Amino acid sequence: MNVNQSIPPVPPFGQPQPVYPGYHQSSYSGQSGSTAPAIPYGAYNGPVPAYQQTPPQGISRALPSSGAPPASTAQAACGQVAYGQFGQGDVQNGPSSTVQMQRLPGSQPFGSPLAPVGSQPAVLQPYGPPPTSTQVTAQLAGMQISGAVAPAPPSSGLGYGPPTSLASASGSFPNSGLYGSYPQGQASPISQAQGHPGIQTPQQSALSQASSFTPPASGGPRLPSMTGPLLPGQDFGGPSVSQPNHVSSPPPQALPPGTQMTGSLGPPPPMHSPQQPGYQPQQNGSFGSARGPQPNYGSPYPAAPTFGSQPGPPQPLPPKRLDPDAIPSPIQVIEDDRNNRGTEPFVTGVRGQVPPLVTTNFLVKDQGNASPRYIRCTSYNIPCTSDMAKQAQVPLAAVIKPLARLPPDEASPYVVDHGESGPLRCNRCKAYMCPFMQFIEGGRRFQCCFCSCINDVPPQYFQHLDHTGKRVDAYDRPELSLGSYEFLATVDYCKNNKFPSPPAFIFMIDVSYNAIRTGLVRLLCEELKSLLDFLPREGGAEESAIRVGFVTYNKVLHFYNVKSSLAQPQMMVVSDVADMFVPLLDGFLVNVSESRAVITSLLDQIPEMFADTRETETVFVPVIQAGMEALKAAECAGKLFLFHTSLPIAEAPGKLKNRDDRKLINTDKEKTLFQPQTGAYQTLAKECVAQGCCIDLFLFPNQYVDVATLSVVPQLTGGSVYKYACFQVENDQERFLSDLRRDVQKVVGFDAVMRVRTSTGIRAVDFFGAFYMSNTTDVELAGLDGDKTVTVEFKHDDRLNEESGALLQCALLYTSCAGQRRLRIHNLALNCCTQLADLYRNCETDTLINYMAKFAYRGVLNSPVKAVRDTLITQCAQILACYRKNCASPSSTGQLILPECMKLLPVYLNCVLKSDVLQPGAEVTTDDRAYVRQLVTSMDVAETNVFFYPRLLPLTKSPIESTTEPPAVRASEERLSNGDIYLLENGLNLFLWVGASVQQGVVQSLFSVSSFSQITSGLSVLPVLDNPLSKKVRGLIDSLRAQRSRYMKLIVVKQEDKLEMLFKHFLVEDKSLSGGASYVDFLCHMHKEIRQLLS
Amino acid sequence: MATYLEFIQQNEERDGVRFSWNVWPSSRLEATRMVVPLACLLTPLKERPDLPPVQYEPVLCSRPTCKAVLNPLCQVDYRAKLWACNFCFQRNQFPPAYGGISEVNQPAELMPQFSTIEYMIQRGAQSPLIFLYVVDTCLEEDDLQALKESLQMSLSLLPPDALVGLITFGRMVQVHELSCEGISKSYVFRGTKDLTAKQIQDMLGLTKPATPMQQARPAQPQEHPSVSSRFLQPVHKIDMNLTDLLGELQRDPWPVTQGKRPLRSTGVALSIAVGLLEGTFPNTGARIMLFTGGPPTQGPGMVVGDELKIPIRSWHDIEKDNARFMKKATKHYEMLANRTAANGHCIDIYACALDQTGLLEMKCCANLTGGYMVMGDSFNTSLFKQTFQRIFTKDFNGDFRMAFGATLDVKTSRELKIAGAIGPCVSLNVKGPCVSENELGVGGTSQWKICGLDPTSTLGIYFEVVNQHNAPIPQGGRGAIQFVTRYQHSSTQRRIRVTTIARNWADAQTQLRHIEAAFDQEAAAVLMARLGVFRAESEEGPDVLRWLDRQLIRLCQKFGQYNKEDPASFRLSDSFSLYPQFMFHLRRSPFLQVFNNSPDESSYYRHHFARQDLTQSLIMIQPILYSYSFHGPPEPVLLDSSSILADRILLMDTFFQIVIYLGETIAQWRKAGYQDMPEYENFKHLLQAPLDDAQEILQARFPMPRYINTEHGGSQARFLLSKVNPSQTHNNHYAWGQC
Repeated sequence: MNVNQSIPPVPPFGQPQPVYPGYHQSSYSGQSGSTAPAIPYGAYNGPVPAYQQTPPQGISRALPSSGAPPASTAQAACGQVAYGQFGQGDVQNGPSSTVQMQRLPGSQPFGSPLAPVGSQPAVLQPYGPPPTSTQVTAQLAGMQISGAVAPAPPSSGLGYGPPTSLASASGSFPNSGLYGSYPQGQASPISQAQGHPGIQTPQQSALSQASSFTPPASGGPRLPSMTGPLLPGQDFGGPSVSQPNHVSSPPPQALPPGTQMTGSLGPPPPMHSPQQPGYQPQQNGSFGSARGPQPNYGSPYPAAPTFGSQPGPPQPLPPKRLDPDAIPSPIQVIEDDRNNRGTEPFVTGVRGQVPPLVTTNFLVKDQGNASPRYIRCTSYNIPCTSDMAKQAQVPLAAVIKPLARLPPDEASPYVVDHGESGPLRCNRCKAYMCPFMQFIEGGRRFQCCFCSCINDVPPQYFQHLDHTGKRVDAYDRPELSLGSYEFLATVDYCKNNKFPSPPAFIFMIDVSYNAIRTGLVRLLCEELKSLLDFLPREGGAEESAIRVGFVTYNKVLHFYNVKSSLAQPQMMVVSDVADMFVPLLDGFLVNVSESRAVITSLLDQIPEMFADTRETETVFVPVIQAGMEALKAAECAGKLFLFHTSLPIAEAPGKLKNRDDRKLINTDKEKTLFQPQTGAYQTLAKECVAQGCCIDLFLFPNQYVDVATLSVVPQLTGGSVYKYACFQVENDQERFLSDLRRDVQKVVGFDAVMRVRTSTGIRAVDFFGAFYMSNTTDVELAGLDGDKTVTVEFKHDDRLNEESGALLQCALLYTSCAGQRRLRIHNLALNCCTQLADLYRNCETDTLINYMAKFAYRGVLNSPVKAVRDTLITQCAQILACYRKNCASPSSTGQLILPECMKLLPVYLNCVLKSDVLQPGAEVTTDDRAYVRQLVTSMDVAETNVFFYPRLLPLTKSPIESTTEPPAVRASEERLSNGDIYLLENGLNLFLWVGASVQQGVVQSLFSVSSFSQITSGLSVLPVLDNPLSKKVRGLIDSLRAQRSRYMKLIVVKQEDKLEMLFKHFLVEDKSLSGGASYVDFLCHMHKEIRQLLS
Repeated sequence: MATYLEFIQQNEERDGVRFSWNVWPSSRLEATRMVVPLACLLTPLKERPDLPPVQYEPVLCSRPTCKAVLNPLCQVDYRAKLWACNFCFQRNQFPPAYGGISEVNQPAELMPQFSTIEYMIQRGAQSPLIFLYVVDTCLEEDDLQALKESLQMSLSLLPPDALVGLITFGRMVQVHELSCEGISKSYVFRGTKDLTAKQIQDMLGLTKPATPMQQARPAQPQEHPSVSSRFLQPVHKIDMNLTDLLGELQRDPWPVTQGKRPLRSTGVALSIAVGLLEGTFPNTGARIMLFTGGPPTQGPGMVVGDELKIPIRSWHDIEKDNARFMKKATKHYEMLANRTAANGHCIDIYACALDQTGLLEMKCCANLTGGYMVMGDSFNTSLFKQTFQRIFTKDFNGDFRMAFGATLDVKTSRELKIAGAIGPCVSLNVKGPCVSENELGVGGTSQWKICGLDPTSTLGIYFEVVNQHNAPIPQGGRGAIQFVTRYQHSSTQRRIRVTTIARNWADAQTQLRHIEAAFDQEAAAVLMARLGVFRAESEEGPDVLRWLDRQLIRLCQKFGQYNKEDPASFRLSDSFSLYPQFMFHLRRSPFLQVFNNSPDESSYYRHHFARQDLTQSLIMIQPILYSYSFHGPPEPVLLDSSSILADRILLMDTFFQIVIYLGETIAQWRKAGYQDMPEYENFKHLLQAPLDDAQEILQARFPMPRYINTEHGGSQARFLLSKVNPSQTHNNHYAWGQC
């Protein structure tokens, strides 16, 4: 860490600056070219000299732009560069990686990375030779410098003030650019016009300031250059209008890619428009910088706060300089961890050990602590005092997945039976026997490791101690030697003091017009016939103990009697939806094998019976109520599988209105979109939880269905929600069936209660996930499967002891799918520290992000989204600032220094900030947001990791023979080569992106068509072809799908196709259409925030 | 006297009418002094094999408030083609169709022998009869099996085009859809929730055209073939389906824990049945047939809770106001009954259980709608099976002996007013000039609705003489009454039966003899009994008895011949001689005495008493006792303990029971097996004779009586002993008054 940090600011300084201007110019010029903004940027043009290097870029870009379709061009500009790089790419990667490698050890002052700016070839070229570590450092230094220069206000001013305003602008801008349509453009111009005059001056002044701050080189050149360019910009005329935008919105700047071109080339304007679309990504980077200055100046640094709200804006000048390759790369970090830690098994015996990343394949050996598959913590070293914790602002949280599935080579927890007396527990705090309990007095007593209470050992459990004070039988007893194990529960742990009966599954099928029309009902019934053979069973059981029942509904409910003795199923209609009840007891829930014939007959008849239904209205709450009542009547827990198509508008409890209103976005009322419409759903959910009735909801909406409200019950009962918008059997069949199969087959625990006990000193205070809590300590889950995760936050309520560390014990009481009542115990020991450095050394960013995302996603229920974003940014800045202040070796304040463990925090946090929930794009529906919101709530670390930072895999780079997954590349358009094919996945979506100049042979062998243009855009299935490439790609897709808990539908996207927009949404390092900042911009912004805090 | 007896009998045969007085006192004052009110028993649909209906419509008086039907009592001006209404004296033109009318060419309705005539209306679409079975599934297995068989059998007895529907209930209520293939469908309702008719129809999908099964809501019930087709289907179409469905009926599957009664939602089931028909077939002949095996134990209309330790209410509880659910339940069923009556449907109740089933609360359903009430011990008895079968018997024309949705319209000449009616009817609240302010029975109207009728259904109709004493009626004047019964015949035709009768007025001061001689003591006894029973429904038992006693005393005072202070001198004329005896037995009858009867039994007895014709009613009041001996042919004997002799076989018919009782000696003989010895064949014949006679009675009686074959000292002999006049008891071996 120290290494880089220490880099001498000065020398780099000079260098970076030149670089800087160049970028600025490019960006500005672009703007100017495209729109008025040119003026401010014009200044940059001035810097031309720096550009000299850039010009080439520009040129190269220009060419492509002209040659290739506009859309790509924008990116192309970058892209080309990128491509160019790629071409060299491999080469480049080499160096870059090495650079990074170097950093790693150094740990990171990433400040410099900012400066390095340019992934762009230009930069490279100039530095061409330099890509060595030194160069990096130099660049870094530059970054720092800028920061440093700024020393206080100015620097910040530069970066941030503007960003805010810019951000919005940029946000709009990109859209216009991309889409070809210029709505934004129109909008922006106006705003620009308004803002412009005032702004400019400030900008200038700002610039001057900046200049003053920074060494003359930067300042000097800029001003002049600025002016110079201004003129041209003005010439553009049109653009002038846009300038005002800058003030409020930087969009015009966004154009920059083009501008860059223009700047250098001169001719920009024409180029511009075409290029715009493509350029965005790059632009963002550049824009940021450009904007940065202006706004900043205009408004004194209030920027920071605004920033939070405005995602995109930030990128002050610094970003321009940043070399994307020099800033921390998630890909690199993942790769390194894989290489370093993937080979050795992870042995859990040592306290406070940070496990390998979730992206690494590793084997776990349980030697007393729970596997990271069950529990991951944000930090494995907990501050001893709450003061320290407050200072660091690092959330202390554990992400617990109590029923996590294990790889085949790891043993599932042993089941321990303590006989009639039940599991041995501490008398005071009720913690369960675990390896950390201390046996004393020759084994006659034990001291609780959580509350220190001394308990007698019951005679039947007595055992002598060996010379080390360990029980002689420690290794014979899982509860004394392992981190995770299960106890058989006694009848005291059962509801009503009765052992539970085996659970039941009830399938509740919407048979309204919509469901019939789309073919859903027929498909589902057909599938259920075979699926029922695969109900979860326990251990080696011959057949599942689970009973099944069937209900169909539209605005009334139809129950089916499928008793084995019947020749035909009987249908019972309940139309009293206002006061739901279960019309039959015997014959509703049946054993599949006994009633096979009747069930088959029923599933055959359902699609026929409703084939010509005209009923379009549906109910919802009564359906769940019915299922719950059925379980209640049968006195068992269970799960409802609900297949639902439309907003429940029929007259019944829980009737909903269409309240979707996009106008609420970005207002204080936005939160209402995430809140349920009525309290009926919550009330119902509570009843369900009390009954142990878990709901899995499959939605097939054609329009708004109010996911926010409908998902309340699944959410609170530990269920899952699946959504298939505009379901068509032909297109979505595979995805739905695959999800359904998996959902039905997965092992579930029912009627569960989870409690987390901790050592004295910390306490579990907050919980996130899909569950219900009726008090402050017990997490109640009607159902819990291996995919569901509960995130628990801890707070200090006393001092912790560095010696004894901090212990967590998570106890989950549940009913297995065979109806057995069990307790699953996970123990984890953490270290405690008195030095902040220890804390920062033992953090896990992925987990941190998991926590922060869940925290933010819950926050949107109660606060304006803007406030939530601000909170996140502030917290992140505080964490990093604290590190900078207390742990980093002294260095220029302008230097951005990140702790090694958290160097990805900014990039990941940025991904969270620009996610659909926190910053929706125009095409994101309210339902989508609500859906994602609830989905993230119960994601584990691996899922959030890939969800927020998608994996982008190049397909043709690695040798065709290699069987391993190709190394991923960073999620940025710059990284895409138009001669390659990429897979992108985030756990929910899967894209196959095809570059425009992919070799014909590749196209042929993958798609079986002769040219790029013949590939069907939006294709969701690859043809099955007998050639190595096709097999490999399809194999890869299958293996990706196998890794995720939900089936990812493939979408083939062609470069420069209209679908590409969708794809680009997932290139999270780039500026997003909805205004999300690019990685570089955000890093700059972060840097600024930190400096602000430090000063 | 013979003439009057003949007259009465003839009138009854022709018109189905029996008046308490056949010569009417001419003033109000005199009439009240007669003690027994002027009233009649009317059997509107008395079977008249000799009376074919005419194929045209009746001619009505044109005065809007009158609308009396042209009848033999009208004065006709054949030349002017005019007729004068004998009730309002309006002169009316004959309709054009009567153009050819003359003294020798008279339409039937003008002929004296057609004082009762039946018109057949051709207008209007005919709608099929509807039978809706409402079946309790909380029965013992063999009971349910027997009931299922009876129901399946009944399908073959229904007219093929009749619509039939099935509702089953237990803890839930299921309305079965009959038209479906493959899967059997039913709509289920919670048994605890009272639903409005609207809700029921909504939930059954009967109101909206939305579901494909049905088109728009039918404005006219006839046009809705599809509407209710899901629930009501022609028998011939779903014969097999329904047979299977009934065959698959299971006992209510909800568990009944020990010490509990099964949860039975009779109230809701009935409510749904009513709602279903109300929505789909208003004003069409329909029978809701409720088969229940126990008391309603939940929901609206519940009669007793499900805790077995709390017994169902008894008369004792009711007197102590201890019957928690009675008022509410009664209200619920009354509401249902009124709705059903308003729609012209009727409700039958077939209650078979050893304990009470809540007939007390539910009685109005049958009473107000003209439905049947049958009470038995089990569905697995011939009592139920044959009774049920008998409902579907046919008359000489091959038509079912049932009629629906009748309205009875009574018109009187001006000296009379209508005081009310007692019988299976509800008031239509039609006020008019001939409606009296004094009510006897269901009064305040001149029209009643009788939703279910059979040829024996009989109403008691009470009149008031309003002629003032000082406005004498001209000598030879006659009072007239016209009964117009419009009904749906079981062949689905609409018919109108018109009976017009006239009686002479007599001045009670001068012509008391005439009036006395024309007294019909049988009719009077039944009419007074109906009044008494009617009162007993709402008043305390003792009050009713006192009232009856007072009436008897007053009657005897008025018409008896006696010397003061000399009981032996008391004489009543022949026409009154039996009346006190009837009253005596009436006082002891289960209609007025609740002791030893459960509330359900009382309701059951009263139900039948209020609808049977005169003969049956008399049997109910005073059971018939026949004595069989070697001394001669069987002879009726006094219903007195003195009739119980050792060498006699007695046959008692109380209407509800038929008891054959072997005297002590006879029983010993039979035990000794004499009947099997050829030389004592006459003994065998003697034993057989009452059995044959009993069979004869059983053949015709509805509902099937309880058939009891017992002997001296047998436990079931109590049925006989409780009825006879206890002139000889264990501490009194001599006739009453002789010691």
